[in-house]
Amino acid sequence: MNGPVRPITSAELEAHAFLHGLSARFLAELLPHTERREFAAGHTVAREGDPAREFFLIEVGKVALEIVAEGRPHLTVLTLGPGEVFGWSWLVPPHLWRVDARTLKPSRVVVVAGPALRDALEAHPEDGYRFLRRLVPILARRLDATRLQVFDVYRP
Amino acid sequence: MSTAPEIAGPVAPVPSHGGPLEPAPFTVRARAQETRDTVSLVLAPAPGSEVPAFRPGQFNMLSVPGRGEVAISISGDPGRAGEWVHTVRALGLATQALAGSMPGTLIAARGPYGQGWPVDRAWGKDVVIVAGGVGLAPVRPLLLELLRHRARFGRLEVIYGARTPDDLLYAPELAAWRGRTDARFQVTVDAAGRDWYGDVGLVTQRLPDARFDPASAVAFLCGPEIMMRLTAETLEGRGLPREGIWVSLERTMQCGVGLCGHCQFGPYLLCRDGPVLPYRDVARLLRIRGL
Repeated sequence: MNGPVRPITSAELEAHAFLHGLSARFLAELLPHTERREFAAGHTVAREGDPAREFFLIEVGKVALEIVAEGRPHLTVLTLGPGEVFGWSWLVPPHLWRVDARTLKPSRVVVVAGPALRDALEAHPEDGYRFLRRLVPILARRLDATRLQVFDVYRP
Repeated sequence: MSTAPEIAGPVAPVPSHGGPLEPAPFTVRARAQETRDTVSLVLAPAPGSEVPAFRPGQFNMLSVPGRGEVAISISGDPGRAGEWVHTVRALGLATQALAGSMPGTLIAARGPYGQGWPVDRAWGKDVVIVAGGVGLAPVRPLLLELLRHRARFGRLEVIYGARTPDDLLYAPELAAWRGRTDARFQVTVDAAGRDWYGDVGLVTQRLPDARFDPASAVAFLCGPEIMMRLTAETLEGRGLPREGIWVSLERTMQCGVGLCGHCQFGPYLLCRDGPVLPYRDVARLLRIRGL
């Protein structure tokens, strides 16, 4: 079941919570670089250190972000579900994945090609700003959460 | 400061005279190992003695001779008379002794003390419960009470966070709760290995997904203060007024009746005025460092 499925329409793209309200022109430019994929549970969507070329919007399922270090067991640090996004290393040089992303359930995602998304953000600064205003709070929340996880809040 | 009575070994229980500071003898009737360092103890009174009724969220002072006395929330079912249940994490001398108490062991207990959860404020509203770590223990009586009166309130959203999957309390009961169709229980841990298929992340990350009507909901929070503060802020961000949020606070309690002052938190003595307090009244205090 891993792989592309029915193409996404512009209406569906616009309907995703993360992209909702961005200009029709911006989304129309993204559409040819966007596809929907389905993955079985246990599928590694991205691997730490690999080139990061895609942005993922989860429609259905559950995805775990894992830290992988040689000689240590995989450590899941965050799970994400429908409506959530992952993968922004396409925006940040050197454009390499910093975590593994693995499906915990059968999942359906919308995948946007990173280079095309970068170009669109550059070409449409207003949409680019809106896009980042949505992405940065997510990054901030996850950074806050990571701080508390490092703080080990439930430690005796 | 109260002192524990000498109750050592297999001696006949000493009847309590019933004073508010006087411990009564209890026998450990059953013991369940919840996690590596946490156990639940079912305490039965001496023959002929009664177990005082309690309200969800109240606590008792438990003691083991020579090991000290400690405040432990009641984690049992308030609808079940004749016993007290306490969930104890082995940390210090007293809690290690309590956690190591096998069935048949005699311990001392006095209580119940403090202000519990305002259960009646839930009637007719949606209910959000967020618990972290051993904070699920003081919440369990509340949950059991709410579930017993399920028809009296709206949606029930419970979010429980723990350090790892191995640190989750009440595993069999948790599985049963999660199977209910009239409530939603979300469980999340801070970190997990690949054998965990549940959620990973802070309890606050599960809140955007929680279903409740902010205009008609109450929230009950119990866990580390920083977790409760962030949770309350997130709930406020979703439109739930501060007046609809209650938190359970913890300080070192000694007398249990508001005399010694060890558990002072701003203008409150938590053993007497708490441990459950309206978030509206303590939000400012929770932001004062070192208080």
